[in-house]
Amino acid sequence: MNKTSRRAANTARTMTAQHIKTGSRVLPHLILVIAIIYFLAPVWWLLVAATKSNSGLFLGSAGPMWFDRTFALGDNLVQLSTYQSGIYWRWILNSFFYALVGGVGATTISVMAGYGFAKYKFKGRDVYFNIVLGALMIPATALVIPTFILMSNIGMTNTVWAVLLPSLLSPFGTYLMRIYCMSSLPDEMMEAARVDGAGELRTFLQISLPIMTPAITTVFLLSVVGCWNNFFLPQVVLSDPKLFPITVGLTQWQARSSAGSGAEQIWNLVTSGAFVSIVPLVISFLLLQRYWVGGLAAGAVKA
Amino acid sequence: MTVAGRTVPPSLSSRPLYLAESETDMSTNTSKTTRRVTGQAAQRANLWGWFFTAPFAVVFVVFLIVPMVYAFYVSLYSYTQVRGTVFTGISNYARAFKDPIFLQGMGRVLLYTAVMVPIQIILALIFALIIDAMRTKFAAGSRLAIFLPYAVPGVIGALMWGFLYSKDMGPFASIFELFGMQAPAFLSPQGLFGSLVNVVTWQWTGYYMVIIYSALQSIPHELYESARIDGASELQIALRIKTPMVSSSLVMATIFALIGTLQFYTEPMVLRNNAQSVIPPEYTPNMYAYTLAFNYNQVNYSATVSFALGLIVVIISVIFMRITRKQSGLGE
Repeated sequence: MNKTSRRAANTARTMTAQHIKTGSRVLPHLILVIAIIYFLAPVWWLLVAATKSNSGLFLGSAGPMWFDRTFALGDNLVQLSTYQSGIYWRWILNSFFYALVGGVGATTISVMAGYGFAKYKFKGRDVYFNIVLGALMIPATALVIPTFILMSNIGMTNTVWAVLLPSLLSPFGTYLMRIYCMSSLPDEMMEAARVDGAGELRTFLQISLPIMTPAITTVFLLSVVGCWNNFFLPQVVLSDPKLFPITVGLTQWQARSSAGSGAEQIWNLVTSGAFVSIVPLVISFLLLQRYWVGGLAAGAVKA
Repeated sequence: MTVAGRTVPPSLSSRPLYLAESETDMSTNTSKTTRRVTGQAAQRANLWGWFFTAPFAVVFVVFLIVPMVYAFYVSLYSYTQVRGTVFTGISNYARAFKDPIFLQGMGRVLLYTAVMVPIQIILALIFALIIDAMRTKFAAGSRLAIFLPYAVPGVIGALMWGFLYSKDMGPFASIFELFGMQAPAFLSPQGLFGSLVNVVTWQWTGYYMVIIYSALQSIPHELYESARIDGASELQIALRIKTPMVSSSLVMATIFALIGTLQFYTEPMVLRNNAQSVIPPEYTPNMYAYTLAFNYNQVNYSATVSFALGLIVVIISVIFMRITRKQSGLGE
C-alpha cells in the first residue's frame, strides 16, 4: 500500500467514524423531538381550547390546534366564576385544602416514622418494617370501597375527614425517608449530640431535620400530588358538591355535557376549568423539579 | 454521604441498604461499653423508636389493616331480603371466581398490564438513556417535557384525551385528512384498547423515566471512561453497562406500573362519559366493585371483589419480586 492510498483509507475511516457519530447524534435527537411533541401537544391543545367559546371548540376558524378568531378566555373565566354560583373556585379551594393539609400531615407522619425506623433499633422494628414494605404492594384503590363502608357505618362519609384522614397514610414516603435517614444521618453525629446533652427530641428537631430537608421536600411534593390527583376516594365518600375536589367536580361537568344538550353542554367550562386547574401544579412542578429528580433517586437507587 | 443535597449511594451493589444496616446500625453504642450503658441505649431505642413511629402505626392500622380485615369480614356475609344478612363463608369468593363479569374485568386489566407496562418501562428507559448520554440543555428541556404530564392529574389527562379523541373537537380528523386518510375511531370497541394504553403511557412514562434517570445520574463516570478507552460505543455502554447498573430502579418502576395498572379505574371511568356504549360500568374489577356497591347495593359482594383484587395484586407483585430478586435486592 503506498502513502497516498493509505492516507485515503485513513480519511475514509475517519469519515465513516464521523458519519457514525453524526448518525448516532441524529437518531437520539429525533427521538427526543418526537417525544417532546407527543408529551406537550395535548397540553398545548388544552391551552388553546381554554381560549375558545363553546361553538369555537367545534367550529374554530383555525382547527383544534390553533386559536379561534374570537378569543374567549376572559368570557370563559367569567362564566367559570358565575356558573352554579361560582362552585368552580370552591372546588379549586377544596383541592388546595385537601392537598396541603393532607400533604403536611402525611409528610409529618412519614418523616417521623422514617427517622424512627432508621435511627432506633427498637423491639419489633424488623417485623414492623417488613409489614410496611409489604403494604407498598397493597393497591390503595382496593381499600376505597371497604373504607367507605366503614365510614358510612360511623357516619363519617360526606365530611372533609373522609378525604383527609386516609390520605395521611404514606408507606412509600416512610420508606423513602428511612432510606434517606440511614444514608445521611451518621450515628456518630447523633451520639455527639447526646454527649453534648441534647435530648432525643432536640436532636431530631435541631440537628436531624435540617439535614433531612431535601428528602422532606420530595416526600411533601409526592404527597401533595397524590392528594391533588385523588379521584376514586372522594368520588366514593363525598356526595355534597360543595366538598368536591376539582377532579370530581370537573368529571361531573363532563358527564353532564356528554349526556345533556343545549345549555347543559358546558364544554368551554370543562376545557377552561381543566386548564386553570393544572396551572398551579405545573408551575410549582417546574420551579421545584430538582427535588423530584434528587428525591426519587434516593428511592430508586437503593430500592 | 450527602453532597449538596444529593444523596450519593454508599456502594454500587444493588443490595438494598436496609439489609446491611442491622450489622452496622447501633454497633457504635454496643462495642466497648459496659452492660449498663447498653441497657440504657436499648431502653432509649425502644422508647424513642416507638415514639417516632407511633403516629404512622395508628394511621397504618386504622386506614389499612382495619379496612382490609373489615372487607374480608364483610365478604364472608351475604344479604338477601328474605333472610337478612347471614354468614355464608367463602361462597362469595366461589361466586366471584365463576362470575364472568369479574373474570372478564380481571382478564382485561391483566391484558392491559401485559401490554402497557413493558411499553412504558421501555420508553422510559430509552428516554432516560438518551438524556443521560446527551447532557445538553436540549436534553434537560426534553426531560422536563416528558415529565410534565405527571403534573397533570389522571382525571384531567383522561378528560383531555377524551376531547382529543373526539371527531369534532380533536385534531386527528384533520391530521389524517392531510394524508387522505380517515382518522381511526378511537373510542370504538376496536380502538378503545389502544386509546386507553395511549392515555396511560402519556401520563406515566415521564415518572418512570425520572426514576430511571435519577439512578443513572448516580453511576460514577469513570466506569464509562474505561469502557470508552476499550473501544465501546455509546450504544454498547448504554445497553451493557448503564442498563444493568439501573436494574434495581427498573424493577421498582415496573412494580409501580404493575400495581397501578391492575387497579385501573380513573381513565376508563372518565372516558366512559365519552363512550357509554363501549365501556361497560364493570370494565375493570375496581369499576365493578364501585358499580356493585353504588348501583346494585350489593355491599358484601363488592367487598369480595375488592378483597379478591387486592389479593391478586399482592400475589402478582410477590411473584414478580421473586423472579427479579437478583436484580432488585428486594424481598430477600
